[in-house]
Formats: sequence, structure tokens, C-alpha cells
Amino acid sequence: MRQSAFSRLADWSAERPWLWSFVGAGLIFLATTAFTSGKGGGDVLTAALTFATFYVIVGIGQMFVITTGPGNVDLSIPANIALAGAVAMKVMDGSNAMIVPGLAAVAAVGLAIGCFNFALIRILSIPPIIATLSASFLVQSTAIAYGRGLRIKPPPIFAELATGRVLGVPILAIIAILVAAAMALVLRRTVYGRSVLAIGQNARAAGLAGIRVARVRFATYVLSAVFASFCGALLAGFSGGASLNMGEEFLLASIAVVVIGGTSVAGGFSNVPGIWGASLFLYLLVTMLNTFGVGAGVRLILTGLIIIAVIALSGGRRPGRG
Amino acid sequence: MNALMPSPRLVRAALPALSLAALLVAIWFVQPRAISYFGFNLMLNLAMPIAFATIAQLCVITVNDLDLSIGAFVSFVACVGATWLNATPLLGVAVLLGAVVVYALVGALIHLRNLPSIVVTLGMSFFWLGCSVLLLPSPGGSAPAWLAALVKVRTPLVPFAILVSAALALVVHVGLMRSAWGAILRGAGGNPVAVARAGWSLLRTKVTMFALAGFFGVLSGLSLVGLTTSADANIAIRYTLLSIAGVILGGGEFVGGRVSPVGAVLGAMTLTLAGSLLSFLRISPDWQIGAQGAILIVVLALRALVNRLERRR
Amino acid sequence: MDAPSASAIVQLEGVRKSFGAVRALAGVDLDVRAGECLGLVGHNGAGKSTLMQVLAGTLAADEGRLVVAGDDITASAGVAAARAHGVVCVFQELSLCPNLTVAENARVMHRAFRGFGWRKRAGAAMAAMLDDIFPRHGIDPADVVADLSIARRQMVEIARAFLVTDEPLRLVILDEPTSSLDQVVAEQLMAFVRRFVARGGSVILISHLLGEILATSDRVVVMKDGRVVETRPARDFTRDSLVAAMGSVAAREDEKRAAAAQPAGEVVVEARPARQADGRSLRARRGEIVGLAGLAGHGQTDLLVRINAAAQGREPHARVAGAVAFVAGDRQSDGVFPLWSIAENITIRSLGGLRRFGLIDPAAEARMAEEWRQRIAIRTPDMGNGILSLSGGNQQKALFARALASDAGIVLMDDPMRGVDVGTKQEVYGMIRAEAARGRTFLWYTTEFDELRHCDRVYVFRAGAIVAELAANEITEERVLQSSFAEEAA
Repeated sequence: MRQSAFSRLADWSAERPWLWSFVGAGLIFLATTAFTSGKGGGDVLTAALTFATFYVIVGIGQMFVITTGPGNVDLSIPANIALAGAVAMKVMDGSNAMIVPGLAAVAAVGLAIGCFNFALIRILSIPPIIATLSASFLVQSTAIAYGRGLRIKPPPIFAELATGRVLGVPILAIIAILVAAAMALVLRRTVYGRSVLAIGQNARAAGLAGIRVARVRFATYVLSAVFASFCGALLAGFSGGASLNMGEEFLLASIAVVVIGGTSVAGGFSNVPGIWGASLFLYLLVTMLNTFGVGAGVRLILTGLIIIAVIALSGGRRPGRG
Repeated sequence: MNALMPSPRLVRAALPALSLAALLVAIWFVQPRAISYFGFNLMLNLAMPIAFATIAQLCVITVNDLDLSIGAFVSFVACVGATWLNATPLLGVAVLLGAVVVYALVGALIHLRNLPSIVVTLGMSFFWLGCSVLLLPSPGGSAPAWLAALVKVRTPLVPFAILVSAALALVVHVGLMRSAWGAILRGAGGNPVAVARAGWSLLRTKVTMFALAGFFGVLSGLSLVGLTTSADANIAIRYTLLSIAGVILGGGEFVGGRVSPVGAVLGAMTLTLAGSLLSFLRISPDWQIGAQGAILIVVLALRALVNRLERRR
Repeated sequence: MDAPSASAIVQLEGVRKSFGAVRALAGVDLDVRAGECLGLVGHNGAGKSTLMQVLAGTLAADEGRLVVAGDDITASAGVAAARAHGVVCVFQELSLCPNLTVAENARVMHRAFRGFGWRKRAGAAMAAMLDDIFPRHGIDPADVVADLSIARRQMVEIARAFLVTDEPLRLVILDEPTSSLDQVVAEQLMAFVRRFVARGGSVILISHLLGEILATSDRVVVMKDGRVVETRPARDFTRDSLVAAMGSVAAREDEKRAAAAQPAGEVVVEARPARQADGRSLRARRGEIVGLAGLAGHGQTDLLVRINAAAQGREPHARVAGAVAFVAGDRQSDGVFPLWSIAENITIRSLGGLRRFGLIDPAAEARMAEEWRQRIAIRTPDMGNGILSLSGGNQQKALFARALASDAGIVLMDDPMRGVDVGTKQEVYGMIRAEAARGRTFLWYTTEFDELRHCDRVYVFRAGAIVAELAANEITEERVLQSSFAEEAA
């Protein structure tokens, strides 16, 4: 009896690889609040929801890219965030009336970067890592040249959107939860999502099963770039203006949340809830280490080691593959 | 017709040298005085650490992996150089040796668990960055006097940086391209199954190449801190991208064990000089990274073109 | 039998090997004598390649004894043991490192090339060996392998195998060594094999060119269904008797179908193999079952893949009218999505039609899966189980269901019955005939003769091209074998 209940539990959790990231986030939260004897627990949670949002948005795009199979990764995200943030602030120019055109410009930036990335991959037939890396050089320079000395504050409504709360819950978090729900649906219940999962498992078989592999990959790189661009705009709105290095931490973070969230780096196996769990986990980890009075150095070391540990433990297990 | 056209391999092999020559001509055109002993000394000031980092990256690329932590690692070495190596030399040397061992272990982990190197080395980049921040929370420290003196040696006729780069290219060329063991190391990148079937250990080749990457990373960090005399945790973060670009510019391929140490060193110099040309052209330094990216894309485009022509034959 | 005094250099006794339910070797006894060339022939799946892999140490036998040069190496079998006892195999797939030079590739295989001047020694040894085997080969030991043509790569690979350094060389296995060599070079190789044999070495030669086998070998071994069925001196065979020995002894003329009335349906597929020199092309009409025959790896799969690509508009050399579905034979690399359930594996080809309001309808998906579970009898309690929980045969059924459930009017089958049990086969044959009667077109590549008898027409492939077209009343095992095995190099 006990045995079967236990094995059922094991099956149940194996089907939910995102579970562990939430468990980890929960444990860290408890450890943090225990240290402060429960004080400020609510604030920590609100802050976590807000900051996790940015990880979530970028992470979902990166997850789709990584899901399309080994070697696929978008390294242009940090540069993209920097450029999109600058473009958003400049186009909006602090005026509420310009928010919509600003967001349209942000979408255009994402679209352009995504197309450029994929064009490099296709036309120069180079691995995505290098294609997105070289694209990021150009994008980064454009961002620097375009955004140097930029001190434009976000329009009030946009700033309110990025920092405000409804019933104590950050608006951003609500948006990100809706986006995550929508993307989970896209992954599981659309032909595009299924195609992404199929290509990641076996691109050749996917082509033979009638999937247009190149088109799906193209759409995926554009998707990732557009998500990163919107993240850049929101980040600028949140922090009261764009800064050139605000995308830096997202290179590792975007990959980390995907890996910690239970997505297989070998491709073809991913889930959206895990991105949320992993984002909360990453943010709460930082908070906890700060609360414990640990310096930035230890924090960085632990972040790096946790990612390596997670991938080392999960990477060897490739379900169904010899 | 075909006899008149140089073979694609030759064209590919000549690309790094040609792009460097083109750059030199451009510099000469814009600023003739730069083409001199002093000019080169100034322009190629930082070529040495970049060349070492590029060779480190080349070692990893040879066995079909990519090292996204080399920039953070070089920074870490620079921080050790500016602190422990100066204050307690024995401890400093021990830490640097330990760091090379860590590199070798990372290679072993990647091979044994069959992990994607980009994720593992990205994680390692945070590890090294964290170590640097612990060691040197704010920019500072000072390099040992002997190190500073060594890297700033004034050699007659040809600047020291060029001599070191040439020696580096030669040594790695002999070791990797000419030696009997080098053939096995590259073969492991070209057709791992065949190499394993012939009885060689793939684990050993991977560990060797990662350890070598760590060794050259140490040389890069030490030469860097010798030149700058002080360090900070982010001093060489750019090197990750630069080193990859250098290997590719030098004619290396990402997979299949096709690399060229001589080309990679030339590529590193090209990237270093590109910055000088931009400043001679009075182009804002904002575009420096972009120019490096553009060079990379142009070279890759040229190579794709050569490959396509080759296939058409 | 001749020359019983000749000592056996290699002895295999009762070697058996199975892959899952498929028995590749059903107890093989074989001996190779010093100073002889042994020809090995047999049709697809006869077990030739498996046997050679056991001999070369890349596969371990389930049962049986392996004795080389007097030592029983059954227990220590492996590449190292085989090499130490002087057995070298040149495999069909190239095992050179493309990024290395010819001399460096010699170094990878021969550890003796090291220390100062190794490059020169390895290069000289390779040049001498190449000169010996292939005069006027035009290969420089400093050439990078990736720059060489396929033929030259094969020459390098062969020369490397015959190189003797610090290990003895007793037996060289050549598996289709001339498949990419032109006739002159192939003859050079065969002449060298005779010289090598005359010096006391041994060679096992596998080739689909029967003329080559008969002219070069001392003895010929015929394999069929994982057994040795004939061993005779080469001079006792003729090309025809060899073909007869490979085929089934009793001709099954009884089941031969009358020439089907040429279906009047329109041509829905027209495709030309990439290496077709003459004007021949493959055509299929609506409702036809067209067979693709010949030895494995002679361009059949390539053509099917090209037809599949043509349906997506990515291939100019084939014309296809209507949607196409592909049934993979190599399940692992071409068919199955290993992380998915059986249901997901079936519906992937039909998702477009299972949508409601733009989203895939799980209920409709489950209905389709359940329908096909019953129609094609997939043995599983739950279609939500992982595809890998099924046996190979049932996985194959799921792949059939994927194609048959789709809207595709044309179904391409890439030797899909490999490793499938007899019961399943019969079920699927019936289904194919029923679907064809309903107007579906099938292009069926198969390596089994019996399956060709379900076809209305058969194209025989050799060396990447169509060499014969047989109408239903002409499809006999002998005709197919005659066309598959060429007299001379194409």
C-alpha cells in the first residue's frame, strides 16, 4: 500500500518537473522569514513577484528557443533589452500619449532582432550561439550609441503600470502570470507549440512528419526577441529610465530559469510553470543571501554552482534516449 | 578555369592574414604614423592577453565545446595577480594551479555527464566572477613588480607584444597541429567515434584541452594585470566574446576540430587593431563592439560564400 | 572441399546474435584460412554486416566461439583484442577524421607513429601503401581528408587498414570496398587483394558486384537469414548459381498475381533519383502500390525523403500532387518522438484538423488515438503512455497510424517492417491493400521479397539509380536479385 502510494507520488512529480523549482523557492522563502522571525515576509513576496516578472518574460522566450533542440539558444537577449529599453524611453519621450507608439517601436525592435538572428543562422549557416552572439555585438553598439546620456523618464502611466499594484499584487506580476498562462497554452495546445516540441526531440523526424522546421525555428527566434524587447521596455519603466547595462544579468538568468524550471537542454521537453518557479527561486535566493548578510561574491558563486548542479543532475537523464 | 582559381582551403587559410593586412592598410591610409614601432607598441598594447584568451578558447572549441566563462576567468586571474600573487606569492601560485585543475574538472564533468558546455561554462562564469568579487570587491590591487616589468619589456625592432604573440602562435601550432598527440586531440573533435574506436580515451582528450584552456587563461590574466597593474572583477568580461570572435576570424570552425592557432592569434590582433582604426577614424568608441561584431559577420559571410562556391564545383 | 591442409586463421563456431526479437545471426560457423580471399554474399538482412562486426570486435556475440590465430578471444572480444590479433575491418561508413590529413589519420589508428619525425614516417608509409594498391592515386599524405572526394577517402581508408606497424596483420575485412570507386580503381584494389593473399594474408570481401566476388575470391560463402547456406570454391559458382543460392530455393510462383489492369488513375508522384543518368523516373498513379526494391542503401530512402520534401515545396526534382505522409523504417532517427505519448505520436501529422477555435482539442485528439488503437490494434492499456513503452512492432504500428490517420493521399514507406513480428505484418499488409483500394497511393521501399508481391509495380534500385521496372506479373525474387547485383561496376 505505502509502496504504491509512494510510487504514485513519484510518477505524479515526474510529470511535473516544475514542482522542484517551487519547492526550492518555498524552502528559501521559509528560511529567509525564519531568519527575520517572520518580519517583512509579505514585502519579500511582493518584491519577489515583481522582480521575478522580468525573469519570467525573458525566460519564456529563451525556453521556446532552447526547446527547439540542442545548440539553440538566444545570446542576444541582454543587448536586446538594452536597446529596447532605450528605444521605448526615447519614443515615449515621457508623454502618456506616446506609450502605444513606443510599445509598437519596441515590438519592431524585437521583430528586427529576431529576423536578423535567424537570417544569420540560415544564410551564413552558423550555429545559433555564434549567430545570436555576433548579432548582439551590433545590437549592443546600437544601444550604446543610441542611448548614451539618455535621461528620459518613462511616461507616468507607463511607470505606474510597471510599479503599481492591484490589491497588493504588482500589476507586472499579473501581466506576467497572464502571459505565462497564454504561452503554456501555446506550447501545449497549438500546432506551433507541438511543432517546437517535436523539432526539439528529433528535427529530422519532425521534417518527415510534415512539420516545416525552418519556419517554426524562425518564429521561435522572433518570439524570443520580441519577449526580450518588451522586458527591456518594462524594465526601463520600472527603474525610471533605460540604462545600458540593465540587460547584463539576463544572459545567465534567462538560461538559468529555463534549466532550473525543468526544461531539458537537450530540447523537446519544457514547461512554462517551471519558469515562474525558477524565477522566484533565483530572486528569493538573492534575498535570502542578502538577509543572511552574505556578500555579492558568495551570491554569485552560489548562483553559478546551483545552475551547474541542476544541469549535472538533470542533464544525464534524457528520458527515452540512449 | 579551375586551375586559375586558388583552392577554397587556401582562400580560407589566407582570410585571417588578408583581413589583418586590409586593416593595416586602412590604418596606414588614415594615420601613416601609426605604422611604426611606437605606434604598434601602443596599438597592440592589449594584444597579448587577448591572444592568450583566444588560444584558451581555441583549445575548448577544438573538442566541439564553447567556453563562456573565459572572460570571467581571466578577470579572476587578474584579481589573484593583483592581490595574492603580490602579497603571498606561494598562495597565489597555488590558487592559480588550483584554478587550472578546476578547468580540467569542468571538462571532465561535461564529458562524463554529456552536458552542454555553454550552460556549464555560463554557470562557471558566475563562479569566477563571485570569486573575483570576494577577492577584490572594488577595483584596485597592484601587480607584482616583476610581472609589470616583464610584460612591458622594450624589445629592439619589434614590439614585445608581437614577439610574444608570434611565439605563442608557433608553440601552439607545433603542439596542436604538428605533434603526434595534437593529431589525436584534433581528431577527437573531428570524428570522436573513430578516435574512440581506435582505442583513445575521449575523456582524457577533453580534460587535456580544458586544462590547457585554463593554463592559457592564466597567462592571459597575468599578462593583463601586468599591463594594467591593477585589476577589478569585470576587467576582462569582454574577453569571452572577443576570444570566440578571434578563433572564428582565424579560420576556426565551431564543430569538427578544425582550428588554426596561427589564424586565431592573427584574429586576436585584428580585433585589437580594429579599435585603433575606429579611433583614428574618429568614430565614437560606442561602435567598437559593433565593429567587432560586424567584422565577425563579414568574415563568416565570406566563408559561407567560399564554402558555397566549393560545393558548386 | 579443397586444400584442407591450409590452416585456419579465424574460426567462428555457433555464433548467435539477436537484436531484441530480431535474430541477426542464427548460429554461424565460418573459418578463414591463411592466404585466401573469402567472398561473402547474401541479400539484405542475411547477417553479413553483423557477422563482420562480431569479427572486428565492435559487436559482442550472444553465443559462440571466436578463435583468431589459435587464441580463443571469445571472452576478451573487442576492437583492441581483434587488432592485437591482426584483424582489421574497413567499415562501410567512413571512419576517418575529416579535419585531419591523410598522414594524421594513419597516426590515429597506428600508435607506432609518434616521436620526432612521425609525420614524415606516417606520410611515407601511407604514400607507399597507396602507391602499391592504387597506382596514380593522386593523393598527397598532407591532404586534408575533408578535401578529398568520397572515392579517395575510401582509398585512404583501405590503404590505412593494410598498413602494418607494430601489430601483426592477418585478416582484412572489406565491406563493400568498391561502392564508391570507379572500375579502374576497383580493379586495382582487387589485384592488390590477390597479391596480399598470395603473400599469405587473408581477406574477407563483401560486395554486391558478383563479378568482382567470383573473380577475386578463392571460396565464396553465401549467407541467408543469419546462417551460412553455401560454402564452395569460387570456380564452382557461376553468377546465376550464386544468385540462386541467395534466393529461396523453392520458387513461390503459385501466389504470383496476374498482371493487374493498368490503373487509369492520374499520376500523383513523379520523381527522378539524384544519380539517375538516363531518362528513367519513378511514377505512381492514384491507388497504386509501387515497390522500391534493391539492396539496402542504394538510393531508395533518399528518393522517398526527396519526395517528402517536394510535398513541402522544397525539392524541384520531384513532382507530387497532394499531401504526403512518411512512414519511417528507422524508427529511432526518422520516426518516433521519444518523449511523447503514443497518442501524441499519432496525431502530430493531423493536428491542423483537430483544432477548435484555433486550439488543439484534447477530446478530438483522444478520439483519433482511440480509433486507431482499435483499427490497427496497438497493444497498450492507455494511449497516454509513452511511445517507448511499446514494443518495436507496436511503435511501428503507431507510425503507420500517424500516416494513415492523416489526410495524405500519398504514403511513403521506408522499409517500415524491419524488426516487426509476422502477425503485425499481416495486419498491416491487409490495411495497405484496403487503403489503396480506397484511392491512396503507396510508395513502398522494402528489403523483403515477400512484401514486393503486394505491389502493383516495382522499381529496382542500384547505386542510387533505377535499373529496372517490373510489372506485377514480372516480380520474382530472381528478377529482383538479377537487377540488384550488377555484373560489373556501374
